Amino acid sequence: MTKDHAPFDEPWQAQLFALTVALSEAGHFSWPDWTRAFGATLQLHGAARPLDGRDDYWNAWLVTLEGMLEHSGAAARDEAEAIRVLWERAYLSTPHGQPVRLDR
Amino acid sequence: MPHDHHDHPHTLLPSDPALRVKALETILTRKGLVDPAALDAILETYENQVGPHLGAKVVARAWSEPDFLAELRQDASGAIASMGISGRQGEHVVVVENTPDVHNMVVCTLCSCYPWPLLGIPPAWYKSDAYRARAVREPRKVLAEFGVTLPESQKVRVWDSTAEVRYLVIPMRPAGTEGLGPMELADLVTRDSMIGTGVPRAPE
Repeated sequence: MTKDHAPFDEPWQAQLFALTVALSEAGHFSWPDWTRAFGATLQLHGAARPLDGRDDYWNAWLVTLEGMLEHSGAAARDEAEAIRVLWERAYLSTPHGQPVRLDR
Repeated sequence: MPHDHHDHPHTLLPSDPALRVKALETILTRKGLVDPAALDAILETYENQVGPHLGAKVVARAWSEPDFLAELRQDASGAIASMGISGRQGEHVVVVENTPDVHNMVVCTLCSCYPWPLLGIPPAWYKSDAYRARAVREPRKVLAEFGVTLPESQKVRVWDSTAEVRYLVIPMRPAGTEGLGPMELADLVTRDSMIGTGVPRAPE
């Protein structure tokens, strides 16, 4: 229970958090709706083993957001997977030191 | 992150969740569902601006100004907003005051609801299953693990935060602080003391 003063362990967690808050503020879903969905994912994931509140927690957050966006049609699962693959390729094909961009 | 140019001719590949977040961000910004500037503003706020130092200012003022404490009891969100502190998840703040008879402690059994504008992003332990499950079941044991031992005569009251109501614990003012000003008092107020899993520091 030490070293917990940094709000996020990794940058993607901060990005994910910001994305979720921005979507809620833009009216995509209410915060109570979000907490209900997130609580359900935590319960599901926590049934197998106790969650640590770090990676476990943010993974559950990501799964919840992916599910909500799939459900609303804002980001279908296959679309998200296709873009993820494009990002992966962009990272693998961008020379070290160059900014990684998604052009397609 | 140390890396050798020759071992990594391409840019280091981010983790799977990092790529999935990037994918969502790409899709949502392309569709105009989120504004990249709004994302940056949210990041800046939560990574650099808000944190327990803001809650500590509120507590220090509650300790020193009875009128302000009365306002907090009446309408905590309004009283806090009057100090220029407002924002998401702080709309319905309720203060709970520790006394010699009652010690208050906050949890969110559903997920991790927390008064962001006052305390920032919750620490990992607040989000862990261990704390979320045990705070209600065996609060005294949990408190003992945080190094807080209460007299038998002091009751423990556990408050379950929700998306609608966020609690801020007003800890008891430490003895020997009569001459201290608001800044010095705020320095004594720890994050954990405002969640109820700690007590304020003693003055030096």
